[in-house]
Amino acid sequence: MDHRPLISVEGLGRRFGDSSQPAVFEDIWFGVDKGEFCCLIGHSGCGKTTILNVLAGLDSPSEGAVIVDNREIDGPSLDRAVIFQGHALLPWLTVMGNIAFAVSSRWPSWDKAKVQDHARRFIELVGLKGAENKRPAQLSGGMKQRVGIARALSIQPKMLLMDEPFSALDALTRGMLQDEVLRICADTNQTVFMITHDVDEAILLADKIVLMTNGPGAKIAEIVVNTMPRNERHRNDLHKHPQYYAIRNHLVEFLVNRSRAFDQEIAGKNYDPRRLKLVKPGLAAVNPPAEVVPLRHSN
Amino acid sequence: MATLKSSLGLRAGLLSLLIFAAIVGIWQIATMPVAATGPAMDPEYAKLVGAAAATGSKSAMPTPADIGATIWKHLVDPFYVRGSNDKGIGIQLAYSLGRVLLGFGLAALFAIPLGFLIGMSPLVYRALDPFIQILKPVSPLAWMPLALYTIKDSAISSIFVIFICSVWPMLINTAFGVGSVRKEWLNVARTLEVGPFRTAFKVILPAAAPTIMTGMRISVGIAWLVIVAAEMLVGGTGIGYFVWNEWNNLSIANIVTAILLIGLVGLLLDQGLAWAAKLVTYPE
Repeated sequence: MDHRPLISVEGLGRRFGDSSQPAVFEDIWFGVDKGEFCCLIGHSGCGKTTILNVLAGLDSPSEGAVIVDNREIDGPSLDRAVIFQGHALLPWLTVMGNIAFAVSSRWPSWDKAKVQDHARRFIELVGLKGAENKRPAQLSGGMKQRVGIARALSIQPKMLLMDEPFSALDALTRGMLQDEVLRICADTNQTVFMITHDVDEAILLADKIVLMTNGPGAKIAEIVVNTMPRNERHRNDLHKHPQYYAIRNHLVEFLVNRSRAFDQEIAGKNYDPRRLKLVKPGLAAVNPPAEVVPLRHSN
Repeated sequence: MATLKSSLGLRAGLLSLLIFAAIVGIWQIATMPVAATGPAMDPEYAKLVGAAAATGSKSAMPTPADIGATIWKHLVDPFYVRGSNDKGIGIQLAYSLGRVLLGFGLAALFAIPLGFLIGMSPLVYRALDPFIQILKPVSPLAWMPLALYTIKDSAISSIFVIFICSVWPMLINTAFGVGSVRKEWLNVARTLEVGPFRTAFKVILPAAAPTIMTGMRISVGIAWLVIVAAEMLVGGTGIGYFVWNEWNNLSIANIVTAILLIGLVGLLLDQGLAWAAKLVTYPE
């Protein structure tokens, strides 16, 4: 069986300047399956955003490739919608204008009425009905990010790429938007790759959490499987879930200590970036952890 | 807050009126007829300035009342034609305005697309930068002999001079505005697979429009400054020619009227473009 995930990151590396410069990250291998919500977590400067930009087609890697739907990506695509950290709305357009711009880019042959009808559906989906004719400057930070989400969803992409989409928002707004993203992704069975440095956000949203070490020469340390089922993850009582603290402690321990000293941790051991450990700290009490599962099975 | 603001406006208006009254008052006193007891005048000068001034009873400098009368005379009949050297001030202003708008419009058609290219391409920017830097500080009137020689038509030459002085601010501002469009807006267009032309018109142009409009506003201001001098040089028609002609007639009242009207038209041009700039400005 030749199973390749929807997004397959294969041997990715990126260095700025000539080849004598150290790589920001190198030999990055991981995959995201269809319908999966995958978070990449790591400290600032480890190249998280660069990985997302490569996935989006906005940046090209120095080494390796990203395979999406069995094709190597060589540029941006309407199949991969990006939700930018700073919302990136066009300030001279209204909410409707911003979303209609995306919709008419996706379906250039649609007439204006059809474009607006379609856009209106997604404005309603993110709860912005009534704000269609407002400009971004008249909206709060949370509303702007909702427009960004609606714009990304309106082109009905195969996957969503999110770069710390909620980091600029206050805690209350962030929580509300997280809930909505969770709901929308569940409803549409959307494949999502999201960058975050917020441990709780990762536990709430992600099915799979990819841990990245500090740069330069950043690596993927391991992949944490969120064993808490989606329907048991609720923002308000997340901390009451029996698995929550085990997962959280594992992630925090990684960010605080292991992300820095990972090279010493793997010294002398057989760390294979192509066959990453899939760890399930949530089940640690029940099952012995650290089973090795290959990312890809070759024939 | 509103009352404070309106009272400030009211006080500023009152102060403006006071300053105006003071200027007119001082002017009136300075130009009052004096008794003919002054020293004997050079007969050549007396011939030049006219009989009233020669007797010492009246200066060639008009009083504010004279100016008022002259302005009124021009305003009630701005478009008369009594021979090629005697046309209404409205006609002269219309000639100047026509030249400015034509030269400015041609400059916009040339500078905005070229500025787009310069702003988008660092290569073109670097290649053209030395030319722009050397030609930009040249007084537009220095081009006049070259224009007269090559074009061999004084009317078109003055339009060319307007063109050349309007080009630089628009070129530089367009290039700057286009070059500094936020990267994330361009990335939005890229991730939506928007083609280069649609990106140029739907993203880059609206993003750079406020900067481009600022360049246009600077250009039209400079063009209106330059047209007066250009028309003094080439003669024939236009408000600049009118001023020079009235200097030859030693009609200071007509010159002052022209100065006020030049200022007024310049203000209207500037406000017109300021209004247009407001239409394309977006809050971030």
